[in-house]
Amino acid sequence: MDITVAEALVRCLEQENVEIVFGYPGGTILPVYDALNDTTIRHILVRHEQGAAHAADGYARVTGKVGVCLATSGPGATNLVTGIANAYMDSIPMVIITGQVPTSQVGTDAFQEVDITGITLPITKHNYLVKDPAMLPAIIKKAFLIASTGRPGPVLIDLPKDIAQTRIKFKYPKKVELAGYKPTYKGHPSMVQQAGRIIMDSQRPVIYAGGGVRLSNAAPELLQLAETISAPVTHTLMGLGSFPGDHPLFLGMLGLHGTRYANQAVTECDCLIAVGARFDDRVVSKVSGFAPSAKIVHIDIDPAEIGKNVRSNLPIVGDVKNVLGAILPLLKKKDNAAWVARVQQLKKDYPLHYRREGIMKPQFVIEKLNEFKDDNAIVVTDVGQHQMWTALYMRFKEPRSFLSSGGLGAMGFCLPAAIGAKLGAPERNVIVVVGDGGLQMTMQELGTAAEQKLPLKIFVLNNQRLGMVRQLQEYYCDKRYIGVDLQFDLDFAALGRLYGMEGYTVETEEQLLEILPRVLNSKEPVIVNCIIDREENVLPMVLNGSPINEAID
Amino acid sequence: MRHTLTVMVENNPGVLARVAGLFSRRGFNIDSLAVGRTENPLVSRMTIVVEGDDTTVEQVNKQLHKLVDVIKVSDITKDAYVDRELVMIKVYAEPSARAEIMQLVDIFRARIVDVGPKTLTVEVTGNEGKIDAFELSLRTFGIKELVRTGKIAMLRGFKTSSKNNNHKEEEVS
Ligand SMILES: Cc1ncc(C[n+]2csc(CCOP(=O)(O)OP(=O)(O)O)c2C)c(N)n1
Repeated sequence: MDITVAEALVRCLEQENVEIVFGYPGGTILPVYDALNDTTIRHILVRHEQGAAHAADGYARVTGKVGVCLATSGPGATNLVTGIANAYMDSIPMVIITGQVPTSQVGTDAFQEVDITGITLPITKHNYLVKDPAMLPAIIKKAFLIASTGRPGPVLIDLPKDIAQTRIKFKYPKKVELAGYKPTYKGHPSMVQQAGRIIMDSQRPVIYAGGGVRLSNAAPELLQLAETISAPVTHTLMGLGSFPGDHPLFLGMLGLHGTRYANQAVTECDCLIAVGARFDDRVVSKVSGFAPSAKIVHIDIDPAEIGKNVRSNLPIVGDVKNVLGAILPLLKKKDNAAWVARVQQLKKDYPLHYRREGIMKPQFVIEKLNEFKDDNAIVVTDVGQHQMWTALYMRFKEPRSFLSSGGLGAMGFCLPAAIGAKLGAPERNVIVVVGDGGLQMTMQELGTAAEQKLPLKIFVLNNQRLGMVRQLQEYYCDKRYIGVDLQFDLDFAALGRLYGMEGYTVETEEQLLEILPRVLNSKEPVIVNCIIDREENVLPMVLNGSPINEAID
Repeated sequence: MRHTLTVMVENNPGVLARVAGLFSRRGFNIDSLAVGRTENPLVSRMTIVVEGDDTTVEQVNKQLHKLVDVIKVSDITKDAYVDRELVMIKVYAEPSARAEIMQLVDIFRARIVDVGPKTLTVEVTGNEGKIDAFELSLRTFGIKELVRTGKIAMLRGFKTSSKNNNHKEEEVS
């Protein structure tokens, strides 16, 4: 039977087991929306296309499935751009479908025409402009394959309206050919052997775990590796959650705002096992000062990450889970007693600390949230100081329980991402930690959350400032503050109530402690406006150009 | 150092933009780029000359690999290969100078492809060195216009750089 390409698209999404799409309609995507009438796939109407992209992203981060979002041509498509870039930087599997002006108008600067495949070229893993209606099913199949395999990432499909309306014979291909796309999953055997030897020879090993561990579901292998060779584990922002935060070998985050003991351990180690991490500048700081005495074993599925930022002594290209699985049988139990003792001493000597006096401290809020939340709660942050405090003071026990915009650092991420996360994992409590600046970037999505009856628990760390930038101006611009005060005192509790949430404002530790258990156990959506110290800094902090073991604290 | 890369790509729309965009975006310098179809109409072949040290070119190579439309990348700089470039030069040729120009054309095994009242258009193929030398020798007469194709290259002997021999696995070993 002949069906339209738009209908075929929806059939394809069904075949890919898509349950939810996030989107915002418009003229050129009309045929696709029309076809959505006849499917069980749920459409979530957001309030801005950026929200659709971040929500699909949050959904993907929590479920491990491909997140899907839709938008119309022109402004709809351009509004997605931040969300696509965010998914690209954090290697999140996503398929994005945009409407496009009819083929005959492509290239004529038609109403609401933008070259979205051109615009997203550098921020997608791949993209397609559909030109031949018959190719649509194969393109969708390829898009899901590319998005979800190898190093995951977003794939965009731009669909001209006339093509969406064309009738085709529908058949979903079982297999598609991609001549140039063959991710390497298994580590090279001789490399794996050598890695086993280097690791066994080391006396002071440290594991540096990134987002790749979560992407390849390798948390069990990571735990086994760490325990077998008694190696402390430090994380990138993206890696948090893939190793239990209450484990004695847990070092927390490393890098510019990393814990001093993590950074010191990396500096002293004789073997650094980098697992699904990419030696980002926020981790490494001064290259020559990073793990200077270590042999570096670098495991990553993306060959281009090997040697990109930092030399490695032993690169292994492959899927983290596979590669760790291959290395583990080569290892024997060892206890590195002196090293483990040294690292425990570092933890004692350089603990995280803050002064608990005067106005309520953000670190206190995070510590208490940590105490009262359940183990499998999902914590979503925005970008800024509150993000770093959460990364430092919150302890995660499970992978996929901490979502944050890592590579792009996109303010506005958290609320829509939390919506996607809650829809992906309705049984888990979703806690949002956000700055007063970042919430105001995408707070229109409170409407989406209300409409979908999502009981999010939103904690606004309200310093009436763009705190992170204020901190930068304090250190790098002699406190010449400019453009960082959010002077209008927005009552976030009242704002939440407008959207049908319970709203509270807390200004003291006592007030916080009084409501916290109730809020976290409530079945209702709640927003808590936490008034915190405006001058508090994120510490430790490595100044630009310093090695990571020289931090201000 | 200059490296010569042979890049096999699927002949899809936008593939040139993807490759060229990658170079500019990641700050790699293209010296020359020549592209055309191969014996397989679904596949195009690019010959790219890129300036950079070994680590830079290794990054170029790997980043090119990541493009879904790229089938194979080979750095043939250190292999034995034949390379050719075609240039057309429109040179000022007053009657008094013509004989001398024709002589140079002979020496370089170039060809005259167009004769105008005041100019001659000559073409020559060869490797870069030959083409540079030819250009230099015509300079004295005045060059009105010059166009070069960029270099194309092929390995000597039985070997090819177009067949996929599981380079992705090899690359790391
Ligand atoms: C879209 C976007 N614009 C600008 C920035 C730069 N930036 C990083 S952190 C920050 C301040 C965030 O302030 P707020 O949301 O109040 O959080 P806080 O740092 O106070 O916790 C800014 C402006 C960014 N990361 N993203």
